[in-house]
Amino acid sequence: MQIPVTTLKAGTAAEVTALLGPGSSFQRKLRTMGIREGVRIKVVAVHPFAGPLVVEIGGRQITLGRGIARKIMVRAED
Amino acid sequence: MKRIVLMGNPNIGKSVVFSRLTGAEVITSNYPGTTVDFSRGRACLEDERVEIIDAPGTYSLQPTNRAEEVAVEMLRWADLIINVVDATNLERNLFLTLELLEERKPMILALNMWDEAERSGIEIDKKALEEHLDLPVVSTIALTGEGIKELVEKLHEARTPADLKALSEEEKWIDIGWISKEVQKVSHRHPGLADRLSEATIKPFTGTPIALMVIFSTFWTVRLIGEGLIAHLFEPLFELYRPLAMKMSAALGPGMLHDLLIGKIIDGNIDYVQSMGLLTTGIYVPLGMVLPYIVGFYLALSLLEDSGYLPRLATLSDNLFHRLGMHGHAIVPLFLGLGCNVPGALSTRNLETRKQRFIAATLLGLAVPCTAKSAMIFGVLGSYGQGYVFLVFAALAMVYVAAGLVLNKAVRGESPEIFLEIPPYRRPGFLTILKKTWMRIRWFLAEAIPFLFLGVLLVNVLYTVGFMEWIARIFSPFFEWWLAIPGEAVVALLVGFFRKDLAVGMLLPLGLNAGQMVVATTVLSLYFPCVATFAVLVKELGMRDTLKSAAVMAVTALLVGGAMRMALIG
Repeated sequence: MQIPVTTLKAGTAAEVTALLGPGSSFQRKLRTMGIREGVRIKVVAVHPFAGPLVVEIGGRQITLGRGIARKIMVRAED
Repeated sequence: MKRIVLMGNPNIGKSVVFSRLTGAEVITSNYPGTTVDFSRGRACLEDERVEIIDAPGTYSLQPTNRAEEVAVEMLRWADLIINVVDATNLERNLFLTLELLEERKPMILALNMWDEAERSGIEIDKKALEEHLDLPVVSTIALTGEGIKELVEKLHEARTPADLKALSEEEKWIDIGWISKEVQKVSHRHPGLADRLSEATIKPFTGTPIALMVIFSTFWTVRLIGEGLIAHLFEPLFELYRPLAMKMSAALGPGMLHDLLIGKIIDGNIDYVQSMGLLTTGIYVPLGMVLPYIVGFYLALSLLEDSGYLPRLATLSDNLFHRLGMHGHAIVPLFLGLGCNVPGALSTRNLETRKQRFIAATLLGLAVPCTAKSAMIFGVLGSYGQGYVFLVFAALAMVYVAAGLVLNKAVRGESPEIFLEIPPYRRPGFLTILKKTWMRIRWFLAEAIPFLFLGVLLVNVLYTVGFMEWIARIFSPFFEWWLAIPGEAVVALLVGFFRKDLAVGMLLPLGLNAGQMVVATTVLSLYFPCVATFAVLVKELGMRDTLKSAAVMAVTALLVGGAMRMALIG
């Protein structure tokens, strides 16, 4: 099942399954930052009050606005 | 002359490679007040004189902000490309590499941060990468200079690959996945101290108190350095200069030239703040009052930049900035602006949309006091008590937030969310920091001092021809009524159009009470940035938006001034 990465708790990880969202330029930007289908994404920190998410991909941390993060779908692991 | 352009993702040590290649021959700094945001330098490589251009970092050749547009623009002028690649992050960097290849210009690859890659357990087979890409590949450690010589020696091998197919984006990613699997071995490593520090500084509950501490100690350091330099270096120097200035004053005798160069003699002596002469106040304000803090500020800023802390601060402050219609990136114009608004205004181009840039630039000119403004606030109000100084800064901070909230609602357009890579912490290089600080100070000296001289000159001339009195007479009834400050203070406000810091000398002798002084200083800080910043705003925002922005500033200044008058004077 696919869930958005925003539903993960800080400290957990999952595999990216799809990128939603408008247009190829938005997705290109995600991909050029290393967020692509098949990679493992770990949530490092979730900032309160709908603040940004900090995720880790391939050993690199990236800060994402909540709305952007909602468009990153991951495979639910349990 | 052959043009070599350095291209690569942001934050991968491109500029360090640049300064290694150009050495002492760098002719402009990182923050020129000129047209675009790239650095250009000359060097003699392998007995050939070349021009080297350091383009802003970009992730791809489809720009998403103005800084990236500049990078793509630079590419057109290139005779040869040095593609600087982050060895610790090969896979992601290769996308730009594949795009650059399609430009069909001679290219060479520099795998930078080779040492960091080795430390974090990444092994890259250079030979294999060379074969896959059909390009010369050199490993470099720009910080220590390792590999730079080899890079220079191999420049003549730069080439366009023999058989090159144009690939779609998907095909590129497939290619990249395949290449990195072939040439790269990654072994697992245990998180070290830097990783734990990284986590602690970016999580909300540990990161926020740390951020407050960092900001506080930054300003404390700036003050310490500034005050130390004034007490032990600049004041003594100006006291040495005083007899000479007095001799000049005596030699000139009273008259126009004396007024222009030396200014007023107060109580039988030159008063560096109030005399208003070209060779007294004109030198003292920028060198004796502002420069010492500039030194401290840029030193601290360079440390924050090079250590990698700023992106963390951007993450933590994103929540606030997002409500003001920007995002965490806006911390950069804010921080730079505290030194000088001009580089602050230039750095707004890292924001993606017109709305964000407009808000960032307006708030910058409105409520971010540059070092000169801050020195003015301290200089004017210090003698009334530190509480009043605090009052002005608190008012500015509140205006920043309040105006941001309003502009976010009022300005049409998109305000995209933060999307920012967090680099690993790095130990800042001592020499790099000194060099960077020096470049920024030199830039300040070259830009600010001529403006200040012109300001003093203009003010003196306008005084002599009676223009100032005339203007003051027209406007003073309004200001007296609305802000309860005497007509003479209006002249100081007008002078503030050219130089805020000069207005200090004009406010001091008026004998204002504390409340009036706070109102005058706050309005002076708010209503308009200096002429230099205005010029940059016109360039960055266009004339229409700049005028709108200036109108917002003027109206806000009058409203806030009126409110403070009610609160403080009655």
